[in-house]
Amino acid sequence: MLSKRLIVCLDVRDGKLAKSIKFVDTKDIGDPVQKARQYYEDGADELVFYDITASQKNRDIILDFVRAVASQIFIPFSVGGGIRSVEDATKLRLAGADKVNINTAAVKRKELISEIAGAIGSQSTILSMDVKRAKKTGEIPSGYEIVINDGITPTGIDALQWAKLGEKLGAGELVVNSIDADGTKEGYELALTRMIANNAGIPVIASGGAGKPEHLYEAFSAGHADAALVASIVHYGNYTCRELKAYLQNRGIKVRNSF
Amino acid sequence: MITIIDYGAGNIGSVQRACAEVGVRTVVVDTPADIQKAERIIFPGVGAAPPAMDTLKQKGSGAALKQSFAAGVPILGICIGAQVILDSSEEGKTPCLGLIPGKTVRFKLQDKSLKIPHMGWNAVKTVQPHPLLEGVGKEDEFYFVHSYYPQPDNRGNIYAVTDYGGEFCSALGYKNLFAVQFHPEKSGRPGLQMLERFVKWDGRVPSNSTDNRSR
Repeated sequence: MLSKRLIVCLDVRDGKLAKSIKFVDTKDIGDPVQKARQYYEDGADELVFYDITASQKNRDIILDFVRAVASQIFIPFSVGGGIRSVEDATKLRLAGADKVNINTAAVKRKELISEIAGAIGSQSTILSMDVKRAKKTGEIPSGYEIVINDGITPTGIDALQWAKLGEKLGAGELVVNSIDADGTKEGYELALTRMIANNAGIPVIASGGAGKPEHLYEAFSAGHADAALVASIVHYGNYTCRELKAYLQNRGIKVRNSF
Repeated sequence: MITIIDYGAGNIGSVQRACAEVGVRTVVVDTPADIQKAERIIFPGVGAAPPAMDTLKQKGSGAALKQSFAAGVPILGICIGAQVILDSSEEGKTPCLGLIPGKTVRFKLQDKSLKIPHMGWNAVKTVQPHPLLEGVGKEDEFYFVHSYYPQPDNRGNIYAVTDYGGEFCSALGYKNLFAVQFHPEKSGRPGLQMLERFVKWDGRVPSNSTDNRSR
């Protein structure tokens, strides 16, 4: 039986860990490669790095970073942030990233999904969706809307329709990131996660809101997610991946516990 | 020294890095002449069977691989490299290398809640002892990402199975050829250990192992 995946998310700026992440062991700040290795050894099933580098001229730094990570961890990892073209995706793939996450650029030009999937394969193409609750209308029948620019800009695109379209265009996985739940530590947006998971033929990764081990349990049980993304719950040293997985296993969720 | 065959089917770098992690030198080759010099071969792959077979035919590397197999060189196939060693693949109705009788088939799942591709971590259950599976524990899981899987005609060629809406063959072999549907290079400790065992493997299988290849 397939295990539910625990995916650790790290924000990287100019090849360093973003300062918004305050690790308990302060020595680690600034060395995302070492941190990645630590999570790998702690039993994370997968890692995702969001490149939040602002300046375009520093974009190649992420490639060096990806090469360094790829030589240190032997589990799949993906990279997201600022991917606008097949060339961006291919460069990251060649540098050693197993998958890429596309988000805003796909909303702006949906053909990008099929172009990237065509170049590096659906299994390496993750469509990441930022979603916000909205009033149910003819345009937004599911009551969930796709937003961009860190959740500030509504797009008028229905989240469920976007998920289905993304799958049809060749995405191999979907990240469902709830802007409403993100940062609250009150749990994943379960109704949204379940709605997308039940309607998608590809794996769905729940994102945003994890504050306690119980939230992960909910994402997998009530939320029907295939994987759950975590950040602060592990970054702040509240829990190790090992502890989260032991908890999930105790509650009957199938996880990988030998590493 | 391990020779990695490059036939345009992806993840060469991941395999090289995993080999480096276990302290083995690698060389990546794509010509028949270089394949013939190999003393140990990894035949990796990600992607689809039809373009993989096209490249193998075009470059003559498929024929070279067959020669290495006949010469007793230890070979490890990974993912697509575990599929194209059979007679054919359902994917694009592709004729394949025919090193082991059987065909590669697509998942046909009754349980509609199970998704295709089979993507993520799953256990690998040994059904017949093999030096490369020694020490793989019940709890050990490996990383999979695939929509098709190898289905050898003879049970004697199946070494391990994995459960995804029913059991499918996740490791197969014949003589000095062993192949896995999962990605040892992306499977953490158990995967790296399998690569370490491959480096030491002399290409022999236990004598009780069924040898029912007819040709």
